[in-house]
Amino acid sequence: MKNSVKTAIASEGRIEVKNTTCYMCACRCGIRVTLRDGEVRYIQGNPEHPLNKGVICAKGASGIMKQYSPARLTKPLRRKEGALRGDAQFEPISWDEAFQIMEDRLKPLRETDPKKFALFTGRDQMQALTGLFAKQFGTPNYAAHGGFCSVNMAAGMIYTIGGSFWEFGGPDLDRAKLFIMIGTAEDHHSNPMKIALSNFKRNGGRFISINPVRTGYSAIADEWVPIKPGTDGALILAIIHELILTGLFDREFLVQYTNAAELVSTDEASDDFGLFVRTDIPVDPDCFDPQDRVWWDRHQEKAVHSRTEGVEPRLLGEFKLSDGRHAKPSFQLLKERVEQYTPEWAENITGIPAETIKRLAHEMGITARDELIELPIAWTDAWGKDHDTITGNPVAFHSMRGTAAHSNGFQTIRALSILMTILGTIDRPGGFRHKAPFPRPIPPCAKTPKGPEGVKPNTPLGGMPLGWPADPDDLFVDEQGEPVRIDKAFSWEFPLSAHGLMHNAITNAWRGDPYKIDTLLIFMANMAWNSSMNTADVRKMLNDKDENGEYKIPYIIVADAFQSEMTAYADLILPDTTYLERHDVMSMLDRPISEFDGPVDSVRIPVVPPTGDCKPFQEVLIEMGYRLKLPAFTDKDGKRKYRNYPDFIVNYETEPGSGIGFLAGWRGQGGEKFMKGEPNPNQWEMYEKNNCVYQYHLPKSYQYMRNWNRGYLNWAQEHRLMRYAEPINIHLYSEILMKFRRAAQGKTEGKQPPDHLRKRVETYFDPLPFYFEPLETQLTDKQKYPLNAITQRPMAMYHSWDSQNAWLRQIHTYNFMHVHPSTAKAAQIEDGDWMWAESMHGKVRCLARYSEAVEPGTIWTWNAVGKSKGAWRLDDNANESEKGFLLNHLIAEELPAHKAGEHISNSDPITGQAGWYDVRVRIYKANDDEEKVSFPQFNAMPALPGTGKTKKWLAFFAGIFAKGKP
Amino acid sequence: MTQLALVIDLNVCVGCHACVTSCKEWNTSGPAGSMCDDNPYGKDPTGTFFNRVQTYEIGEFPNTETLHFPKSCLHCEDPPCVPVCPTGASYKRKEDGIILVDYDKCIGCRYCSWACPYGVREIDEHLKVMKKCTLCVDRIYDETLPEAERKPACVLACPTSARLFGDVHDPESAISVTIREEGGYQLMPEWGTHPSNHYLPRRKTHQHIHEDELQRADNPLKKEQRGPSTPIDAPTLDDSTSW
Amino acid sequence: MHPAFSVIFLTTLIGVGQGIFLALFTGQSYSAVELLPTQDSTRFYGNAAFIALGFLIGGLIASFFHLGHPERAWRAASQWRTSWLSREVIVLPIMMGLVFIYAIMHHFGWDSVLLTTDTGAQLSLTLIIATLGMFTTFALFICTGMVYACLKFLQEWHTPLTIINYTLFGTASGFILMTAFANTSAPDLMNFYGIWASIITLAVFVTRSASLIRNAQIKHKSTIQTAIGVRHSRIQQKSMGFMGGSVNTRDFFHHVSLIFMTKMKWIFMVLVFPVPLMLLWMGMETHSTALLFAAFVVQYVGLLAERWFFFAQANHPQNLYYQTV
Ligand SMILES: Nc1nc2c(c(=O)[nH]1)N[C@H]1C(S)=C(S)[C@@H](COP(=O)(O)OP(=O)(O)OC[C@H]3O[C@@H](n4cnc5c(=O)[nH]c(N)nc54)[C@H](O)[C@@H]3O)O[C@H]1N2
Ligand SMILES: Nc1nc2c(c(=O)[nH]1)N[C@H]1C(S)=C(S)[C@@H](COP(=O)(O)OP(=O)(O)OC[C@H]3O[C@@H](n4cnc5c(=O)[nH]c(N)nc54)[C@H](O)[C@@H]3O)O[C@H]1N2
Ligand code: SF4
Ligand code: SF4
Ligand code: SF4
Ligand code: SF4
Ligand code: SF4
Ligand SMILES: [Mo]
Repeated sequence: MKNSVKTAIASEGRIEVKNTTCYMCACRCGIRVTLRDGEVRYIQGNPEHPLNKGVICAKGASGIMKQYSPARLTKPLRRKEGALRGDAQFEPISWDEAFQIMEDRLKPLRETDPKKFALFTGRDQMQALTGLFAKQFGTPNYAAHGGFCSVNMAAGMIYTIGGSFWEFGGPDLDRAKLFIMIGTAEDHHSNPMKIALSNFKRNGGRFISINPVRTGYSAIADEWVPIKPGTDGALILAIIHELILTGLFDREFLVQYTNAAELVSTDEASDDFGLFVRTDIPVDPDCFDPQDRVWWDRHQEKAVHSRTEGVEPRLLGEFKLSDGRHAKPSFQLLKERVEQYTPEWAENITGIPAETIKRLAHEMGITARDELIELPIAWTDAWGKDHDTITGNPVAFHSMRGTAAHSNGFQTIRALSILMTILGTIDRPGGFRHKAPFPRPIPPCAKTPKGPEGVKPNTPLGGMPLGWPADPDDLFVDEQGEPVRIDKAFSWEFPLSAHGLMHNAITNAWRGDPYKIDTLLIFMANMAWNSSMNTADVRKMLNDKDENGEYKIPYIIVADAFQSEMTAYADLILPDTTYLERHDVMSMLDRPISEFDGPVDSVRIPVVPPTGDCKPFQEVLIEMGYRLKLPAFTDKDGKRKYRNYPDFIVNYETEPGSGIGFLAGWRGQGGEKFMKGEPNPNQWEMYEKNNCVYQYHLPKSYQYMRNWNRGYLNWAQEHRLMRYAEPINIHLYSEILMKFRRAAQGKTEGKQPPDHLRKRVETYFDPLPFYFEPLETQLTDKQKYPLNAITQRPMAMYHSWDSQNAWLRQIHTYNFMHVHPSTAKAAQIEDGDWMWAESMHGKVRCLARYSEAVEPGTIWTWNAVGKSKGAWRLDDNANESEKGFLLNHLIAEELPAHKAGEHISNSDPITGQAGWYDVRVRIYKANDDEEKVSFPQFNAMPALPGTGKTKKWLAFFAGIFAKGKP
Repeated sequence: MTQLALVIDLNVCVGCHACVTSCKEWNTSGPAGSMCDDNPYGKDPTGTFFNRVQTYEIGEFPNTETLHFPKSCLHCEDPPCVPVCPTGASYKRKEDGIILVDYDKCIGCRYCSWACPYGVREIDEHLKVMKKCTLCVDRIYDETLPEAERKPACVLACPTSARLFGDVHDPESAISVTIREEGGYQLMPEWGTHPSNHYLPRRKTHQHIHEDELQRADNPLKKEQRGPSTPIDAPTLDDSTSW
Repeated sequence: MHPAFSVIFLTTLIGVGQGIFLALFTGQSYSAVELLPTQDSTRFYGNAAFIALGFLIGGLIASFFHLGHPERAWRAASQWRTSWLSREVIVLPIMMGLVFIYAIMHHFGWDSVLLTTDTGAQLSLTLIIATLGMFTTFALFICTGMVYACLKFLQEWHTPLTIINYTLFGTASGFILMTAFANTSAPDLMNFYGIWASIITLAVFVTRSASLIRNAQIKHKSTIQTAIGVRHSRIQQKSMGFMGGSVNTRDFFHHVSLIFMTKMKWIFMVLVFPVPLMLLWMGMETHSTALLFAAFVVQYVGLLAERWFFFAQANHPQNLYYQTV
């Protein structure tokens, strides 16, 4: 350190600085990579990037250790002849061989029965491409992580307000005064959330966290409200109860922008019971959501066409229409619904004192009403009315998997959306704000095929693999009402499973229910470990054989970048590049990184060459698309359409001449257009010059109230973000859900659920939010299994990826089970003891850690820190496998057999969202004579060919000529 | 005289460890590097870090506070680690108060680390010299960097900007002002080391609800009220008095 | 603190060397004023001084094991203005030099009487060297002691008792060894050394006990509250930020049980005081070099345990930050 300044500046070596986009997690911050002699020397946040504004996180700053990790796969590998799956015996092959193997396998499938090929991807960021590939192949069996991640969040909110948390919208902390975070540990909006939270706190905002655990973000909350897992619905409904009781809701907002005042037919006997009363004014047949509902005029005391200028409707009451039918405004129905949900009732369920619940409601209501924001921004609403200002009620919420990952999550999140709505905070300053391409119509227009006829040999799928059903006829089921997809998505078991049910794909394929498949391609998902429920059994299914000695899942291809647990079960391994080695796009067709004030998309541009024989999976898909002659990848004469992935990105259009491609920025011949425009041959260069990111700032008057903002809606329609430019009114009362209920009640003509599911659909498709115990809890003996067990994401680890990262694994080398001392002591467990946690489905032995920061009825651990022996190139005695453990062993992918049937996924009955956080457990001390290692243990996985050497010690110093390099 | 230092705002630190790994990343390939790791892929991995983030729980359920607490060399004004060093390898720079170790002089006797009450010096078990936070002295004066980036790596990284950097001797500097206004404090003041790094405590925002705010003139329920609820001809006192 | 074996050996070995030299100085001064009979220069003073030198060299070698870069050890002399360690590093070789000169002079009999007083006391050249050596020896004891005593937040060490104990332990062990040595090469001095050894051992029994009592009562100034600056009676660390250990978990804590600590305390209390004294007295009774030597060996082993305990007992405030993985 002598002349540190001088030596640093003069440090020998060739220095280069390049911009790209981080992928140490799904947040996608802009990064600036400094190379010395071609070796990565420093990765910093790009100060000019709109998302992270120069900051970086623990993972992002450890990218070097990912790039040079010994766990990296560098060669295509084929399972050795005679070796068993799971034994991880592989031999290196060439890419030519790998492509040939895939071609030979997939071509016949496509020619006969494309659904025998299933493609499932994990937490990837290229669903636009993987989805396109699946669709072109013609298989319906495609999904990404959404179903086991947070589809409840997406669906619950999108079916209510047309937008959602997750990557589609968020809290406007710049202007909020009160912020309530429910069930979030570390989200996809990692760095931006941290930036916003600290600014919010510094500006004097009040931050309340509702979470069974107080760590991370919750640590800096002004108030922590510990809640029992799975009971947020009860809390939120009680808050709504209190807000309606005290009149602390935004009447004007409800009237104009939601269906609160619209009348619902309430005569049980009438044909349209539960549906909105409609006028007979003619509607445009092309219209998505016809504005043909009625209000009850408060002054004239009669039904009128909704939103008639000058009319003030009633929100409460029951009215007799001129034809004698009875009807109530949906707000009246909501009020009736929440009458039973008193704070005292909720206290017993949530463990939160009734007084606190009332105070929370009052804080929200009073802040919303008394701290009104008026921005001097003129705008015009969808009905043509001009407004001089934008109003905001500065109460913001954020929520993720704490509410989503429960089987009652959809209704809970509906309740949350309604709470946000009655406070008047949707797409308004200080509240919830959309991010392009949201808001969408409710529900969004994408649809799957409606039956098996959508799947034909040698033909692209007759619809999207994933979509948003608007009524029962949209379901993807056969004549008998049985699923067409392997994961049973869009069937009567999970009608609104907008993201599929990846967590059941392996189990279903293994059982051959609803049918057998041939080839399963898993991209970037660790399904043999942390992203499966019931991990130990899933591992058995992956190498289970039938009577003929054939694997039940005949062929498994894994595209991964590391020696994960999943690779052991592959027949063919495709080594992917790292994020520093490839081109990538964060596309508007997928989940872009848009900001509140306009669309943003971004790219990755390689900063270092691929390692070994690594090949970007994008290139694999383009190549396979050509070899299989998929129309999108070949021209009319069957010739290759795209040289490579960058070429594809530049030239691909959703339809010939549509002008819509994967990237929105710098379109048109010279890059002068955006969102829509002819391919621009220099598009990549333009992104590169602009920090790899494209950002469009909407005019101020288009930035708010976008569900009803004429200017914005027209703009969005013009730029083809949306087909319709109609107002997107909020569904306080969900007629869509009611349609499914009516089908289950046998009141409709169209598709009907199989009988064993009628009751289930009828119960859960309630058009108004209601509280029920998570399904698994309902089926558990709670005397025997009194505790909830949940996981959280550690900020310094991304799922299972980072145990191969020499720096990050020092921070989380293994995991403890955090238990409140009173709970632990009752089970004679001391701090640091080995203990057992046991559910109906399995048990784990783990280390106990006392904590005062957890609700005593809950135990928790970090997600995915535990590892299977030998995976990730860790030594066999690494702490991750000896002391670390996975909670997934306690969680089943299927519910115990019950009235609705056998083999029903442990998921939300509406969306198919995996119920990760519903599991109930009991705990007890491990005997002193038991082994001091975690349970279960698995056979050690050998090092795969092509992976690196693990040194005894490491002294990373970038640059070949750097002095002191070991 | 200048005394450069960090101020750590515990009010916003979420314990993300960005400062930990960004520090390691910057410094391992710099003049203060390399920063070794032992058993990087084996049992009990351990390595040199200049900065660590710890977690504490304060109080009892449900009144628990979880505190994330980053700690690196505090660049003491009266550093006990410096005078004890027999070789002069440990020194405090006159011009800016940064405490550094000259690796070329250090004999790796560890004595300075014994003399630091804060546990922030780490011997490098392979290069056998004492290492510690340098306040990124190789960044903060590097004129090839844009002005805004002449800051320690951890400060640039910190997503909540919980790490502030500046001159604590300049009463007008942003960090001096924050220390004054937000109740900045030093660790273990009992030893007279006068750490230059300061910590800002947790600050809470409360909301007080006044009863008046709940009895509202603008209660929208009023709009839902109906006219007189009892018919005009219902019995009243008038029907039965006999004044 | 984590007891570092190099330092344990360093301090105990040079202690013996210093003790022997003090014994030689004492013996020679007594002879100079004719309180003790004169001894053979080569066989007694010379050889004993070489033995002292041997211990000092042994200590020096041990110390090198503590250094990451022993080849740069010379640099350690530069900071004598502020660093007790630097001072120790300077004084140790000076002392070794003086012992060496003293040994050589006696060995070759290069001595001359410079002055004879009326009472017949003789001031010889070697005695002047011995006197200088005596001062450096004490200086070295002070330096060594101060290396530990100057660290004020290591409250167990931050006391004059640390220096006193270092001095007395070293002296006692040197005197016991000299008792044994005298039994072989200067039998007249055996009782002299034996009695002094007993007195010093008893003295250090008192001062070490005093420090044990003191340390048992220490109220540590640093608490978890001052460490993180939060005033609350119930604070618990939940994570130190890494799980596989670090220098901070290895260097500053003994990683043994309380029972083991208490055992070590009793072991050294027994091995340093009663057992060697018994052996010493029995050896003096029976003129048995073996017993006397055993007394030294036992005490030396005891001193290793004592030094181990000295380190282990010191509570470094940094440990407040490293309590929970
Ligand atoms: N560092 C890092 N960042 C990540 C990831 C990662 O692995 N590491 N993963 C990414 C992915 S794929 C996702 S989906 C997101 C998920 O981000 P989060 O939604 O934050 O996911 P979890 O970590 O599962 O956090 C769930 C939180 O909900 C709480 N919780 C559990 N049950 C309940 C409940 O019933 N009610 C309430 N109120 N709270 C509850 C838990 O204590 C926990 O704090 O994070 C993304 N970001
Ligand atoms: N108990 C419990 N389980 C959970 C959760 C929970 O909260 N609790 N959360 C669930 C959620 S929300 C999610 S999203 C899933 C996440 O589950 P997954 O998406 O399966 O996440 P990982 O296992 O981290 O990563 C999948 C694989 O991606 C590989 N990979 C990393 N980088 C690359 C790359 O650049 N290219 C390729 N091809 N592969 C790469 C990794 O090596 C790893 O094998 O986990 C789920 N599992
Ligand atoms: S938050 Fe995610 S994308 Fe951003 S720097 Fe961290 S790892 Fe990278
Ligand atoms: S914190 Fe420790 S190492 Fe840093 S200056 Fe202060 S005493 Fe020295
Ligand atoms: S370890 Fe190095 S810096 Fe520390 S006291 Fe010794 S020589 Fe000085
Ligand atoms: S100032 Fe630099 S060296 Fe010090 S902790 Fe921060 S990044 Fe590390
Ligand atoms: S980077 Fe900032 S928020 Fe994260 S742990 Fe460090 S100081 Fe805290
Ligand atoms: Mo996820």
